[in-house]
Amino acid sequence: MTNHWADIKNANVIVVMGGNPAEAHPCGFKWVTEAKAHNKARLIVIDPRFTRTAAVADQFVQIRPGTDIAFLGGVMNYLLSNDAIQHEYVKSYTNAAFIVRADFHFDDGLFSGYDEAGRKYDKSTWVYELGPDGYAKVDPTLQDPRCVYQLLKKHYSRYTPEVVSSITGARKEEFLEVCKTIASTAPADRTMTSLYALGWTQHTVGTQNIRAMAMIQLLLGNVGMAGGGVNALRGHSNIQGLTDVGVLSDLLPGYLTVPKEADKDVDTYLAARTLKPLRPGQMSYWQNYPKFFVSLQKAWWGGAATKDNQWAYEYLPKLDKVYDILTVFELMHQGKVNGYICQGFNILASAPHKAKNLEALSKLKFLVVIDPLVTETSTFWRNAGELNPVDPAKIETEVFRLPSGCFAEEDGSLTNSGRWLQWHYKGAEPPGDAKTDLEILGELFHRIRTLYAKEGGAFPDPMVKLAWPYAVASRPSAEELAREYNGWALADLPDPKDKTKIVVKRGDQLTTFGQLTDDGSTAAGCWIYTGSYTDKNNMARRETADPSGLGLTPSWAWSWPANRRVLYNGASCDPTGKPWDPRRALVKWNGEKWVGPDVPDFKVDQPPASESGMAPFIMNPEGVGRLFGADKLTDGPFPEHYEPFESPLAKNPLHERAVASTNPAARIFAGDKAALGTSEKFPYAATTYRLTEHFHFWTKHARIPAILQPEQFVEIGEALAKEKGIRDGERIRVRSNRGEIVAKAVVTKRIRPLTVAGRTIHTVGIPIHWGFEGLTKPGYLANTLTPAVGDANVQTPEFKAFTVNVEKLGVA
Amino acid sequence: MNLSRRQFLKLTTSGIGATSLGALGFAPDRVLADVRNFKLASTTQTRNTCPYCSVSCGVIMYGLGDRSKNAHLKLVHIEGDPDHPVNRGTLCPKGASLIDFVNSPHRLKFPEYRAPGASEWQRVTWEWALDRIARLMKDDRDKNFVAKNAAGVTVNRWTTVGLLAASASSNETGYLTHKIFRSMGMTAMDNQARV
Repeated sequence: MTNHWADIKNANVIVVMGGNPAEAHPCGFKWVTEAKAHNKARLIVIDPRFTRTAAVADQFVQIRPGTDIAFLGGVMNYLLSNDAIQHEYVKSYTNAAFIVRADFHFDDGLFSGYDEAGRKYDKSTWVYELGPDGYAKVDPTLQDPRCVYQLLKKHYSRYTPEVVSSITGARKEEFLEVCKTIASTAPADRTMTSLYALGWTQHTVGTQNIRAMAMIQLLLGNVGMAGGGVNALRGHSNIQGLTDVGVLSDLLPGYLTVPKEADKDVDTYLAARTLKPLRPGQMSYWQNYPKFFVSLQKAWWGGAATKDNQWAYEYLPKLDKVYDILTVFELMHQGKVNGYICQGFNILASAPHKAKNLEALSKLKFLVVIDPLVTETSTFWRNAGELNPVDPAKIETEVFRLPSGCFAEEDGSLTNSGRWLQWHYKGAEPPGDAKTDLEILGELFHRIRTLYAKEGGAFPDPMVKLAWPYAVASRPSAEELAREYNGWALADLPDPKDKTKIVVKRGDQLTTFGQLTDDGSTAAGCWIYTGSYTDKNNMARRETADPSGLGLTPSWAWSWPANRRVLYNGASCDPTGKPWDPRRALVKWNGEKWVGPDVPDFKVDQPPASESGMAPFIMNPEGVGRLFGADKLTDGPFPEHYEPFESPLAKNPLHERAVASTNPAARIFAGDKAALGTSEKFPYAATTYRLTEHFHFWTKHARIPAILQPEQFVEIGEALAKEKGIRDGERIRVRSNRGEIVAKAVVTKRIRPLTVAGRTIHTVGIPIHWGFEGLTKPGYLANTLTPAVGDANVQTPEFKAFTVNVEKLGVA
Repeated sequence: MNLSRRQFLKLTTSGIGATSLGALGFAPDRVLADVRNFKLASTTQTRNTCPYCSVSCGVIMYGLGDRSKNAHLKLVHIEGDPDHPVNRGTLCPKGASLIDFVNSPHRLKFPEYRAPGASEWQRVTWEWALDRIARLMKDDRDKNFVAKNAAGVTVNRWTTVGLLAASASSNETGYLTHKIFRSMGMTAMDNQARV
């Protein structure tokens, strides 16, 4: 979230699209209710289903799964053609005025530079025109036909209300009503918040779905404002934190990145990431990348990371490609992965195309499962009849199942969606012989390191020399690790303004990432978390005071970065430093410095844009928000509607070119492509989702949720049920080209048929919570049906739009 | 109001139950009567956060036992933390049944091993399991570690053993997981954010 949970109460308009917080995040959704009750907010819900969130909406629009960009592109067209934008914000705080290279173009679904054989773009034309001074050229009048504003208008002029209606199935009048409400937040004193979740990410255009909303929010001047922003409602309690500490194939802690093969030495690596300003006077905060990186290397390798050995740069692997889950399962399926460790991750249920995953896991030499509960992954070799039709005798994989403690049995912090790090305490011992995760990790690493010290082996240095400053070597404590990611001084740190003064003494905890250095005098394992554990554990703070009344509660827990509660809050002021809306002032310029109830997202003594020229999007080299995404994403600088890889339509209504029917830059492996179904055999759109009563595949092991939703079901609309002669409660078969499930049919009014491109399209709803383990009635893993293809940028699987067929089975 | 010091302490240490009842204006003897029979009065409270969705609601866990050395706490009740600025004491159906996750009959209690081709688990010791995993990992790494690519660039990567990290585990667990496995040169490392 750019903002945070309680901040939703400050919104005038709330758009929920790509999420269903009333059911998936119920206690966060209370802040929507609060906004409606006390701020007269209007709630808009756009979804393929009439959810419980929709049930309390002021406006609900049903759309076909996978058509969000068509809808949002139509909204942008509406805002631009009705001039319903926040002009001063757009001019000063976005790249609307920037001039794009003359040879950038978009034609029939493809941006310039497409390589059809490689399914990727040469992005060299997706950049700004640079002047002789090296800075991007701009036209503040926004009249230049090559400026972003004009290109944007042209790009979305195709998304007329008629086109939107024809692609999404939304009625034109409902669409226009929503546009009007959204446009009502263009004035500086009105804000809209956007709440989304996996309903946007789990698409081959997932990243672009989110970008489309971010662009709308920039046009309306809603980013950086209390009650505004683009807010990801993340799926797990610490999916934010695990991403922050970088446990992903291509990330290092704090959104630093793993070197690639082209980054041959540390200088090349750092130069590519130390971004210089693209406009005069901009902060371009990633200029500090070397400080964050060197401090990380010092935290990990201590004295073994020196300037002379490039700060132990070669202790890090270099990537030849991203090893995302889809890639790893493809490699595993080809027999190229030998061992796999699943730490609290039920991958058999969580990755698409279960049959393929079963085959892949069966090719492993060994599998280690660390979990508090029984998971289907740990028993993938168990024959569970039709639900898991395997022959254990033929599966040669060694499987280890290690029992771990759960949240209640450990100390530590979780980072919520609003970026708050909250400390929790152990309330009981793990059951039986179970150990905490930290103990299991410590014990395992201790053994591997000892083996390397004793026997030698392939490049032992990074393991043998790994900094391990923990009191009990086999059991690092949560506090020790928290102090380490926060960071400490390795030498006395002088005040940059007065070298005779010491700001932080050697050995003391750092208080802000502004103290980090690139000369090896600081260590910090995750720079964005610096400040969380100073001389005390700030994550454990429990002060509920909220002096501003905006819900900031600045002394409750600790929020990254720098305890800032609303990101980009510098943009909540006009270019003279005055809040756009004084009733919800987060920060302001008082003539000498930035002050206010939130921590300013700006250099604290830097005068505002009108005086200094520095714009508030300080992480970007441009200093402004990007309406034109330049070359940052793989699949285009502007979001474009592409059909899901499995679509009930044979062709994208917007494009003639076959390759531009689906996302032309999305990767798909040959076997996964062959496993896609056709719209003739699988005519119905399908989507997966959660229920109020269950959380993924855990709560089927908990008694009350297992009683509340005991049995697998699928939802179909009344019209489809009538067509197929299916009665409510009857068992039906749902098939995709990859497998089939049998479940009870819930015949519902909540999913009505839509008219799309002149045809009637039905949608089938598939909740995900059952499996062949648990206290519920056994059921099929829903990913038996789903296709293995991911988002073009981050490879999140397309669980939210695929196709199925439905068959009557007989009376249960 | 007739309260002995002991009763007073009991009333106040039972925490929010008593204070909020008091705040609601209940008569003191009535409060006392309720507290006297209150099943949570003899429990120890611990603050925690719900491990399910990303709202991270504050919870209070009640454990039987007083944290004395040989007494193992047994959690008997979990409820919303009324001080928490986001959930303000409320929990959803999932969070309200957290105790059933903690005490699920499907909690794993000891290490187990499934041999190649076997159709049953066998119980093993931690020592045996961790020794064997360490050996399997080291042997694979030593065999498949790529020090240089075809062009002779040092790449120091290990692609044949992968890891999936839990995004309900703590930041500290995630950080240590990353530190350990990246030091081995592991590239096939992801968490639930990917899906």
